[in-house]
Order: sequence, then structure tokens, then C-alpha cells
Amino acid sequence: MNASWSRFNVTSIVLGFAFLYLPIVLLIVFSFNESKLVTVWGGFSTKWYVSLFHNQGLMDATWVTARVGVISATVATVLGTLAALTLTRYTRFRGRVLFSGMVFAPLVMPEVITGLSLLLLFVAVGLDRGFFTVTLAHITLTMCFVAVVVQSRLVSFDRSLEEAAMDLGATPAKTFFQITLPVILPAIVSGWMLAFTLSLDDLVIASFTSGPGATTLPMKIYSQVRLGVTPEINAACTILIAVVAVGVIIASIANKRREVQRQLDEQAAQRG
Amino acid sequence: MKSLGSIRRDFAPWNDPNAKPYIQFDNVTKKFGDFTAVNNLSLTIFEREFFALLGASGCGKSTLLRMLAGFEEPTAGRILLDGQDLRGIPPYRRPVNMMFQSYALFPHMTVENNIAFGLKQEGMPKPDIEKRVAEMLKLVKLEQFAKRKPHQLSGGQRQRVALARSVAKRPKVLLLDEPLGALDKKLREETQFELMDLQQELGLTFVVVTHDQEEAMTMADRIAIMDKGEVMQVATPAEVYEAPASRFVAHFVGNVNMFEGKVAERSANTTRITGATGAQIVVDNAADTSKGADIVFAIRPEKIKVSSKKPADAVNALEGEVYDVAYLGDMTVYHIKLDDGQIVRASALNAARVTEDPLTWNDRAWVSFRPDAGVVLAR
Repeated sequence: MNASWSRFNVTSIVLGFAFLYLPIVLLIVFSFNESKLVTVWGGFSTKWYVSLFHNQGLMDATWVTARVGVISATVATVLGTLAALTLTRYTRFRGRVLFSGMVFAPLVMPEVITGLSLLLLFVAVGLDRGFFTVTLAHITLTMCFVAVVVQSRLVSFDRSLEEAAMDLGATPAKTFFQITLPVILPAIVSGWMLAFTLSLDDLVIASFTSGPGATTLPMKIYSQVRLGVTPEINAACTILIAVVAVGVIIASIANKRREVQRQLDEQAAQRG
Repeated sequence: MKSLGSIRRDFAPWNDPNAKPYIQFDNVTKKFGDFTAVNNLSLTIFEREFFALLGASGCGKSTLLRMLAGFEEPTAGRILLDGQDLRGIPPYRRPVNMMFQSYALFPHMTVENNIAFGLKQEGMPKPDIEKRVAEMLKLVKLEQFAKRKPHQLSGGQRQRVALARSVAKRPKVLLLDEPLGALDKKLREETQFELMDLQQELGLTFVVVTHDQEEAMTMADRIAIMDKGEVMQVATPAEVYEAPASRFVAHFVGNVNMFEGKVAERSANTTRITGATGAQIVVDNAADTSKGADIVFAIRPEKIKVSSKKPADAVNALEGEVYDVAYLGDMTVYHIKLDDGQIVRASALNAARVTEDPLTWNDRAWVSFRPDAGVVLAR
């Protein structure tokens, strides 16, 4: 074991983790700072968390972000799932290659370009920018991510399950809702969560497509930081980090549990 | 000659000219792009028959089954079930059910919900569904596994759930696509007999697709041997084995020795064949050949007797040398290299624990067989 804890290894790990997490640790530490000056430690306090909840602007932005996230993730999940179904099931229609290329292009498209082009479109058709346009823009952004996640599940989906259901008398619609959908549901849920997260932290596209009264949390934070960083923002970010961390931990524990249960089941099956 | 089919059972509607066919393929062709999977095929299957489609992979047997289930439509020709043309009827309205090779159990449903799925689609009342599911679980001996999910079952148990699910709706015809393909040898043999019993018990028509000739021979009333989208022969297992219609069938089912030759002489009852390498063979069951015809004489290994001396009364006896011996326990397989160079495979049942006439490598040996032991086929 000595070899694995050589000075070199320890240094590498410390440096690596410092590089990754030092900024975040600083942010969290200073969110509990008594002083109003962001970079000077003035003792422990939770007063910024209290004042955060009295900051109407930030609370409004949070509410807007949550609504945009839920609506856009839901619509994007429906559209992305349909696109994934089409791409995996109907492999021989005209223009399939073009279609799949176009569905996945936004994955690599610079956000600035997506944002700008959407802005131009909304101006051209005379759509007032606000909640509706930012939601539309987020649907555009996140749909292709959902399509990728769902498609990777559909590729390994055993088509004979659907044939078996139809053979047993289920119409194609019933087959879809009773067999296909439940089986690919975990992938659809992951797609939704991915879409929601992407919408939650998007700043670039939101800045282009949002309007008065529809400021999202990242936009609000960014604009406040430009006026000077307050410990309030640190507190807001710490809460965001906590929410995301809790989500990730719950997801991985659930995953681990399922894996363990599965192994137990398989052992039981082999015994019985 | 007595029909070989009647040895198995008295059930033989295919010999009855008045029997009404239950499933009928009429000149059915199926093309996938340029590839012809099934080529102008006609076939009749009778009610309550256990019918096997046997062939190598890619011979079109699965396509035939899928057309019957409704997953594929024939490019040409028609399929009748109980007199009704099946064209245009979707799979979910056909009175046939299929057991899939992969079992296709619904992973998110328990065993009982898997079995109940088809009954629910039918709109059967709930108490009736429960009764039928219990009945099915009992039939396949899985009562205590009702609440399990498919991934909590072993391979053999999954196979039985798939079977129970496919017969739960009491279909007119049950289609089985390689039903035992995923099981190990021992379990497969047991399950073959279980399937036969089940078919008898339920009185259903079974159409099974398999590439395993032993499986087809064990279970089926009749076997259709397929190659390149065409049926080569439809007959009972015994007929397929003892009276193959062609070289292909003779080769495909079991082991066989082939002597290529010409008909040298014909008399009222016997035909003398001169093999390409000089062997003289006399047969008494080649009535429809003419003198000078190019033929193949096919004979199964177990019909050939191997001895160290020439049997006194043998009509056909050829001399050679023991080339290889394989002792398999229940029988011994000899490879005899005849003096004309041809290698003949012969198998002898080890009826006694010690053989009276032991033969080993490089011994001189005679192979002999009766005039009706083989069949004469067109070249």
C-alpha cells in the first residue's frame, strides 16, 4: 500500500481536486460570510440566506426558471421521444440521413448562434419576447439531447416485445402505451432531467430570447454580479449546488439499490 | 407397404383425401427487396396436427411463420386459415398466437400479468381472467412464481411463462419459433415431451419452426423440410428418414452414405447398380428407374452390418479396411475404407457388453446390407 500513497500520488490528487473544487468551496464558504465584502472574512453568519428569501427579484427569477424548465423539458421530451422513435423505427424513409443530421445538429451548434438565430426569427415574425419565447428556445435547445438519450435505449429495445403484444391482441396504439412506453420510460425520465438541467443553467440563449418580466435565474445572477458580487448571490448559488447534489445522490443511490436488487433476484432465480 | 406414419399414431389426416385442410399456403411468395425468402410455396396443415418446419437458417421457415402470424404479408399467393383468407388481417385480429424465440416476456410485468395480457385485450371479465391465469400457471407448474418478474426467473421458467402466455387465449393455432433453442440439452429433451403432452391435452394445432432435426423428429406428426424458400419434402419423421425424396433431404436428416452409380440391369423385382468406383449393389425397391439412368444409392449407417468375414447369405457385401472406430457407449461407429477408395460409415448397436467380432484399426472388414436397406434417388 505504500507505493499507492507516494508523495507524488497525494500531490496529484490534492492538486486535481483543488483545481476542480476550490472555486466552489470558496463560493460556499463566503456565502456564510458575515461581512458585506465578498473577499474578506468577517465571521460566520446565515443572514444572506435570510435576505435572499426577501429579495423579490431573485425569487421571481427562480420561479420563472422553474416554470420555463418544467414546461420546456416536458415538451422537449415529447418531441425528442417522437424523433427518436422515427429515427430508430422507420429506417428507410426519404431524407432520413438529413433528418437525423438536423435533429442532432443543435448538439454541436454554438449557443450564441442558436440564440441569435432564434432572436432573428422571433423579431421577424413579430413575436413579443418574454416567457413564451424563452420556453420555445429551450425546447429547441434540449429536444435533441432527449432524442439522443431515448434513441440509445430504443436501439437495444427488443422489437419482438411489441410483436408479442400485437400477437396477443393489442392494437398498435395500446402496444405503444402498455409495452413500449413503460419499457423505455427510464430513458425518457433521464431525458427529461437532462433537458430540465440544461434549461436551468442556460444563460446565453435565454439572454437572446427573453424579454421583460421573464428574467431567468442565471440571467439575474449574471446581471447582479455585473453590479458587484454580493454574498446573497453566493447563497443562491450554494442552494443551487445543494439541490443538484441532492438530486445526483438520490439518483445514484436509487440506481445502486436497483442493481443490488437485480443481482439478488438473479441469484434467487438460479437457486429456485 | 404399410404407411410408416401409422407406426407413430393412428392420426393421419394427410392420407385421407376427404380431410379438410386447416392451414393452407397457396403458391405463397415473399420477397424482401431482391431477396426471395419464400418461393411459390404450397403447403397444407391439418387440424390438431403437430407440424414442424425444418431447415437451416435463412431457408424461409421463420418468414413462413411470421406470415401466418401476420407480421409479414405475402408478396404473392394467399394463406387460408380454416377456409378464411388471412390477407390484410392484422396480427392482433388473427386467431393464432406465437411463442417467440426470445420469449419476448414483458419485463415490467409479473408472470401473472404477462399471462393475463392477451386475455385483458380480449376484454374478458376479471374473475374469468384470474381463473384462466391460475389454470395456465398450473399447466406449466409455475404457481409459486406468479408474482415474479421475468428477470427473476431461470431460462427454463421463462420458456414456460412464454408458453403459458401464448396458449392462454386458446388460439386456433399456436406458432412456436425455435421454442427450445435457448435451453440446454437435458432440459430441451424434457420440454420436447412436455410440449407434445400439452398439444394433446389442449387439442391445438401446433406449427413449430426449428433447425434441430432431432427436435422436429421427436415432436412432429409431419415435417416440412425447407431449403432456399422451397419445400423439399413434407412427410412423417419416419418417411423423411427412411424414404427421403431427394439427396438434399437424405443429407439434411441424419447421417447417410451415398453411392453414385448407374442402373446396370433391371428385372421384375431387382435392380443392379454399378457404382462409379465399381461396387456392385442389388436393390429391390427401385421400381421407377430405367436401365442406364444415373442414380444415387443412399443408405443409413445403422442399416449396414460390419463383420470380419463375408456373411454367407449377404446379397450386398463390399470389402475394405477399418479406417476409424468411434465407441460412443450405446453404439460404435465404424468408418470402413472400401477397396475402391470410398469411405462408408456404419454404426452397430452395442447390444452386448463384449462384442463377439471385435474390429479395430486397419483390420480387413466386410460391409453388408439387405437389398431393401437403402433408397435409390435421382442424381
